[in-house]
Amino acid sequence: MNRSCLRLAMALGIWIIGSVCGAKSEAQIMRFRSAITETLPKIVKIVGSGGSRGLEAYQSGVLISAEGHVLTTWSYVLDSGVITLTTGEGFKHEATLVGFDPKLDIAILKIDVADAPHFSIDNISTTEAGDRVLAFSNLYNVATGNEPVSIQQGFVSAVSNLSAIRGTWQSPYQGTAYFLDAMTNNPGATGGALTDRNGSLIGLIGKEMRDSRTGAWLNFGVPIGELKSSIRAIIDGQQQSSLSERDTNPRPSEPMSLELMGAWLVPEIVKRTPPYVDRVAAGSAAAKAGMVVDDLIIEVDGVMTPSSADVTQRLKGIDRDAAVPITVQRGNQFVELTVKLN
Amino acid sequence: MKAMKNLNRQRPKIRRARSVVNFVWIVGWVFGLSGVLSWDVSIATAQQPKLDQRLIDVQERRIAAIAKATRSSISIFGPESRGGGSGVIISSDGYALTNYHVVESNGAFMNCSLPDGNLYRAVIVGIDPTGDVALIKLLGREDFPAAGMVDSDAVMPGDACFAIGNPFLLATNFQPSVSWGIVSGTHRYQYPAGTLLEYADCIQTDAAINPGNSGGPLFNENGDLIGVNGRGSFEKRGRVNVGVGYAISINQINYFLDHLKSGRLVDHATLGATVASNEDGAVRVDEILESSDAWRQGLRYGDEIVAFGGRAVATVNQFKNVLGIFPKGFRVPLIFRREGDQTEIVVRLTGVHATSQLAEIIEGKPLEHSMPQPKPTPEPPGDSGEPRDASSVEAQEPVKNPFAHMFVNRPGFTNYYFNALNRDRIWQEFCDRCGDWSSAGERWRISGTDENGTEVLILLGDEKSGVRIGGDSWALDPEVDFSAQLFPPRSNGLLVALHYWRKMLVAGPARYGDVIYFGSLPGERPGMLNTLIGTTGVIETWFLFAPDTSMLETVEMYPEINSTPCRFTLLDYRKANDLLVPGAIEYQDIDGQDHKISIEGIEFLPDTESPIERVE
Repeated sequence: MNRSCLRLAMALGIWIIGSVCGAKSEAQIMRFRSAITETLPKIVKIVGSGGSRGLEAYQSGVLISAEGHVLTTWSYVLDSGVITLTTGEGFKHEATLVGFDPKLDIAILKIDVADAPHFSIDNISTTEAGDRVLAFSNLYNVATGNEPVSIQQGFVSAVSNLSAIRGTWQSPYQGTAYFLDAMTNNPGATGGALTDRNGSLIGLIGKEMRDSRTGAWLNFGVPIGELKSSIRAIIDGQQQSSLSERDTNPRPSEPMSLELMGAWLVPEIVKRTPPYVDRVAAGSAAAKAGMVVDDLIIEVDGVMTPSSADVTQRLKGIDRDAAVPITVQRGNQFVELTVKLN
Repeated sequence: MKAMKNLNRQRPKIRRARSVVNFVWIVGWVFGLSGVLSWDVSIATAQQPKLDQRLIDVQERRIAAIAKATRSSISIFGPESRGGGSGVIISSDGYALTNYHVVESNGAFMNCSLPDGNLYRAVIVGIDPTGDVALIKLLGREDFPAAGMVDSDAVMPGDACFAIGNPFLLATNFQPSVSWGIVSGTHRYQYPAGTLLEYADCIQTDAAINPGNSGGPLFNENGDLIGVNGRGSFEKRGRVNVGVGYAISINQINYFLDHLKSGRLVDHATLGATVASNEDGAVRVDEILESSDAWRQGLRYGDEIVAFGGRAVATVNQFKNVLGIFPKGFRVPLIFRREGDQTEIVVRLTGVHATSQLAEIIEGKPLEHSMPQPKPTPEPPGDSGEPRDASSVEAQEPVKNPFAHMFVNRPGFTNYYFNALNRDRIWQEFCDRCGDWSSAGERWRISGTDENGTEVLILLGDEKSGVRIGGDSWALDPEVDFSAQLFPPRSNGLLVALHYWRKMLVAGPARYGDVIYFGSLPGERPGMLNTLIGTTGVIETWFLFAPDTSMLETVEMYPEINSTPCRFTLLDYRKANDLLVPGAIEYQDIDGQDHKISIEGIEFLPDTESPIERVE
């Protein structure tokens, strides 16, 4: 009983000291506020294609260079000919697609600015289970006009591989992810920033992901460290968004084409229509190579083909007698095929 | 033996104290693990971790804030276990806020539980269907625990906040749920469903807001009220929390509070003009009604809106955010730019709906954007032999409602009882202060001089009134519509306004005709004025009383619906016999020129002679 009294007395003492120390926490609140006011201008809102059948035409992004490079998620929103971007400071820009990495599910956009407030990807933080994080995104497109994006808070529940639950969650990205206890991965949130309490960038908010069996939604971010080398490669021009700039090889006189392989893509409805296979002729070279309907063509002969036009263009540069290595995405897996005409 | 008894009695107390201490220890420890502040936690023993002082400090304050806030948070249960929601008490006499969509199907009376374990009867007072706000009054006590309100415009994104309420109607033991989060965004605009449930200038939070939380309070981290929760973004995720909830700002509710207390169907406002943003980003008037006050004040198509309601306007949403927080009848400053020149005007906002229209709409179908009414746990149907719940027993043997007199139905009102109550209170307070005017004579003779030193004589009577300024005189012909007798010229009807002023003072609201309490409106000087509106034919006369002094400060006479009023202000009240009488009257003519009549004497005459003859 004496111990209880002692504890009670200590708690009381602590409470009194606590109330005296109020000013200290005011300073903490101010520091937290300034972390937020410094972070908000680095988050951008992206508007592109979509807007029907439950596909939102918007997502989020983060500025990663003073010259206006924006890191975001690679998605159908970027298929649009015109990608409009509103900076955290409320200015509207038309963005160009610099490049993307379908295996990491990221893309880099560029806007024409100087001295943009940005996160430096050379100076990133990591986090672990139990850490508190903040999520900045334009989820549900709540922040219209020049309004700043939304902020949420949560804790990292686990740091684990997305591939560990492969087969349940559909994701091309299979690497490490920060799993969160907060409802961050809402429509339009993807491409937003995960930061620590001080506003240091730690991750990129992933796409909406739903368990195909239970219907549960997964909330996660991809550690920036996992993306860093790919981001560099895209910015340095080692990964291109379009073949036309790169394909300088002489054209063969008798080029390859999808029709010759016995495969057809979905009709081109937007400027950058993703090259999904719409039909494969039975017994054709494509069928023999294992191509099936709904495969998404990612690479043709080692070069990325983000759109139907890129696939057509790329095949024009390959002789029809060659064996063509093609990488397709089937569900959440990448499959390597080799197509050879008989 | 006696000592033993005392000891026994003390034991539970000690145990409770110990459990409180343990609670602080455990919560603090868990909190420490989650790394909120730092990892600088030294651990003395496995059982008794020594915590960073700051952690304990933060946690203690959080516990205190939740305890303080919980006291005023109520759970609302509809009649016969139909639906329900949450609410918050805002005054010790029992006024409480909730959502319109929580009370819409509850009828006049509902049951509200307090965390102290008591269930109270509550009556509906006023509703604002457009803003999704309802005011109810808990009955049976005068010392209800009330939440403290703070300026919700001071709320910043990232601030800690928490919601208290009755999600999924879990508070069957009357203990509400608490969900902690942060402010995700401020000054958000969420579109209405039709013309109802518009969330303008609202606070967005990631604190869990679920069905049943509707109408419940959002508090800042000190436990002060900043908003009323009522909406979330859901779309394909189903109707449960997805980390995006919205609260109506307490500042908006404060503008509406007296209007809600008037027991009316409260309406939101329109400028009579719409705006759109241009290629250049400017917000410009793209449509304007010539019948609007904005038009009369000089606003035209194509003008750029620079500021509205004291806030800079750079987007259409910012404009809508300002418009959405004011009730109809407010006068709001607006700055516009035309060809480089800026002009500031004060615009009177008119209603979004006609009163009858609003009444029709709310009779309609359930509202799309609202949080759904949570379903209570299904009861076994019919005579299953299961014990019945309390409400169904009540339905069988109705108990006489001792508060039944506190609900009065009247078209255009939510509960006319509160309108009459406030109207009579304001009038009584004025009479207590200014004296009893009811026997102040058949005929008033007011003499004075205007701002140029010209002699002014005003004669006011029951039937006839007249005015003489210098050599010119005018009289009201009782046989002709007063709307057509706006004398003196360019005054917009000063004589008619004075005529009705006298009528109100002598007759009081009971004998004036139709007089209602409207709510409070901003006056010329800072602060709000309680407003009574008297209607005679098409003429509305607004009487604005200062709540601090109870004095009648301003009278506005509207010759027609949506017209420019003749507005005069009563100044320098002084003692004359048993009455306080004004020492001066100020008014503005239709050219914007200010006039002031200094009153030298008021005589109250029993004479039945016509005032017009006397003037002429």
